[in-house]
Amino acid sequence: MAERQANSSQRQMILPFVDQPGGLLKALHALQNASPAHFLAPSDLKLVAEVFGVPEAKVWGTATFYSLYSTSPRGRHIIRVCESAPCYVVGAMDILKVLEETLDVKPGETTGDGRFTLEVASCLGVCGVAPALMVDLDVHGNLTRDRLNAILAEYA
Amino acid sequence: MKYYRAHVLICSGSNCAIKGCRSVKQACEQEIIRHGLQGEVQVVDTGCLGLCDQGPALVVYPEGVMYGRLTPSDVLEIVSEHLLKGRLVHRLMQQPTGPAGEVSPLSMTPFFQKQKRVVLKNCGLIDPERIEDYVRAGGYTALATALDVMTPERVIAEIKQSGLRGRGGAGFPTGRKWEYTRVAAGQQKYIIGNADEGEPGTFKDRLILEGDPHLIIEGMAIAGYAIGATRGIVYIRGEYELSIHRMELAIRQARENGLLGEGILGSAFSFDLEVCAGAGAYVCGEETALIESIEGNRGEPRFKPPYPAEKGLWGQPTSVNNVETLANVPSIIEQGALWYRSLGTPNSPGTKVFTLTGNIVNSGLIEVPMGITLREVIYEIGGGIPDGKKFKMAQTGGTSGGCLAAAHLDIPMDYDSLQSHGSSLGSGALLIMDDTHCIVDLTRCFLKFFVHESCGQCTPCREGTPALYHLLGKVSAGAGGHADIQLINRLSRTMQSSSLCALGQTAPVPVLSALQHFWPEVEAHLNGRCPANKCVMGKAAGKIAN
Amino acid sequence: MKSLQELKAMRERMGESKGIRTRASPTKITVAMGTCGIAAGARSVLLAIMGELAETGLRDTAVTQTGCLGMCEREPLVEVVHQDHTTLYAYVNAERARQIVRDLLSTAEKEEK
Repeated sequence: MAERQANSSQRQMILPFVDQPGGLLKALHALQNASPAHFLAPSDLKLVAEVFGVPEAKVWGTATFYSLYSTSPRGRHIIRVCESAPCYVVGAMDILKVLEETLDVKPGETTGDGRFTLEVASCLGVCGVAPALMVDLDVHGNLTRDRLNAILAEYA
Repeated sequence: MKYYRAHVLICSGSNCAIKGCRSVKQACEQEIIRHGLQGEVQVVDTGCLGLCDQGPALVVYPEGVMYGRLTPSDVLEIVSEHLLKGRLVHRLMQQPTGPAGEVSPLSMTPFFQKQKRVVLKNCGLIDPERIEDYVRAGGYTALATALDVMTPERVIAEIKQSGLRGRGGAGFPTGRKWEYTRVAAGQQKYIIGNADEGEPGTFKDRLILEGDPHLIIEGMAIAGYAIGATRGIVYIRGEYELSIHRMELAIRQARENGLLGEGILGSAFSFDLEVCAGAGAYVCGEETALIESIEGNRGEPRFKPPYPAEKGLWGQPTSVNNVETLANVPSIIEQGALWYRSLGTPNSPGTKVFTLTGNIVNSGLIEVPMGITLREVIYEIGGGIPDGKKFKMAQTGGTSGGCLAAAHLDIPMDYDSLQSHGSSLGSGALLIMDDTHCIVDLTRCFLKFFVHESCGQCTPCREGTPALYHLLGKVSAGAGGHADIQLINRLSRTMQSSSLCALGQTAPVPVLSALQHFWPEVEAHLNGRCPANKCVMGKAAGKIAN
Repeated sequence: MKSLQELKAMRERMGESKGIRTRASPTKITVAMGTCGIAAGARSVLLAIMGELAETGLRDTAVTQTGCLGMCEREPLVEVVHQDHTTLYAYVNAERARQIVRDLLSTAEKEEK
């Protein structure tokens, strides 16, 4: 019963996008943003396929194409460490290593308490303050080992 | 009015007065008279130069050299060396880069002196969230002028004459793109602002959108008028939250003031704009992939032709232009094609925004006339390589650009010169690396990016990028041979000639240029040695790979 | 010349509001709030400036924001225009931001005397 209700509220959420040109990506954004575990569940994708009247394979194909969508559950906060060249040459790998040690996870994994998911990302476009990372939508730059702990502490 | 060949500005701010500014000024004036320079050199009292912890300080113009922490005896040396003989006194020069220094506009001279700001004219000066600031700074004059006194054809002719070329990387002439779109048959034409800025090391579009969003609106409205489009879309990558926010805010403000919507500024021209957020895919910077993404699909590039000018968004004629390209448009309309051509080089007129990253003192955003040399950018504007290290290489145009060595420092930075040296101007990213880095290790880092970002649609790119990455890994581990280098070369040529879009075509560029310009270092790896001592060789490498 | 005239009218309308604002605010503090600035800590700098202004009760000071100046390396950047002096502060943190406001206050007090 609870599941059916959730399903119906999600349906309401994505209905406005059906008639919008190019609305599929917006529907996926909306569903993922509403997901407490920041991901698109198989049931979400099935629902989108049904509501948009397109094959489920197309929805899966689209959702897995873009790096901002995830099809597996994630932690409360998502850390995206840039590993592209401009960050790489000023020590991004050291930053990643410190995060792996502090959080005791590898990229793609979530901490045991469900607080953080660690991801590596392509260029975040703040190379002027490299090395950089994003936590959720916040960008943090000029990273040093010392600054990392203070940054992590901002996210409960 | 009397002219002087040099001016000495002496700081008389309150801090310096305490630190003995007056005696420095006295010494300076006496010394100038003693050398008989009083008719040529003027001493000027000025306000605080901003480098208070370096006071007493003075600045010598026209060079804009700052000397700090001066004693009267230092001043004797400055007068006899710099003012009399024209030799800088390096011992006393202050770099405005102290760890906690206050930097005044004066002392930023080395940073700003060589810049020419057309696209960035308002960045850092106006409040981007207030349309009033933009309008008061002269904003929307170009749009009003175009609507009042120029036909769409005239606008296109002006842009063609200016020689403006696409700033996203390919360098296609903007006026021609607009003309193709204008003459193409279609019900509803579109103008798309491409702000899917994913090229590593590039963040110019972000900072333009954040710093001066109305400039993009004005540029796009003029483009819409020229090509006959009533609708425009700014496609901004999903990670750029602040850019999306400021662009949406600016669009609302423009609508409220009749600068977007029906009958703009009382004319018959209607045009509206919306923001479309990306979802994280580098390949969407390619114009047809971007169109696919707006349509709600996987962002896979289309076959060309047909080009978007003919069949673009929803099958309609569409012009896709980079944000920086559009940001040049209002100035060209306002000041004319001839003015624009007075900047830059004959084949690459105008200015270019570069983003300086990597091992460089002043990393950041600069705008310079096309044709400036790499050396000027790195050493004069960029402040050189930090920590006393040596320049090793620069990668121009982002991760898909070529690697240039010290021998290339005097190449003019324009589309054609860079291309003839196996690199590209690309998006204007400039990654500077010092001599602690290893060319093989870096090339692997570049390739890792392409492995992740290849969209997988065409085989040469999907299979080629991981194969190149693997082969470079082998070389890096000291397990590669000449046969592997041959294979890298063949594979690269294949990808360049047979990949569907620029991603696969340019992914081998950094590899090939590395082999070409840094061959001795690559060869050392074949003999089991990494000269920079970065690569982990032999058994240890195997462990890491596992 | 209709569009240019409309724009001119709009500019005059908007320009007036600036005049009022300027007279009321001889001092202007601008925080560079591009993503580079924010990533380097500009938000806490802005908050510190606002907080210190409220605490010290420094009057006639306008706080505003702008985009990237191009010197991302030295972010967070704060520009202070007081009387005709412009000072650009680099590497500002919350603590230095408060100091900047306190310095302004002592300058303003001296001027009043």
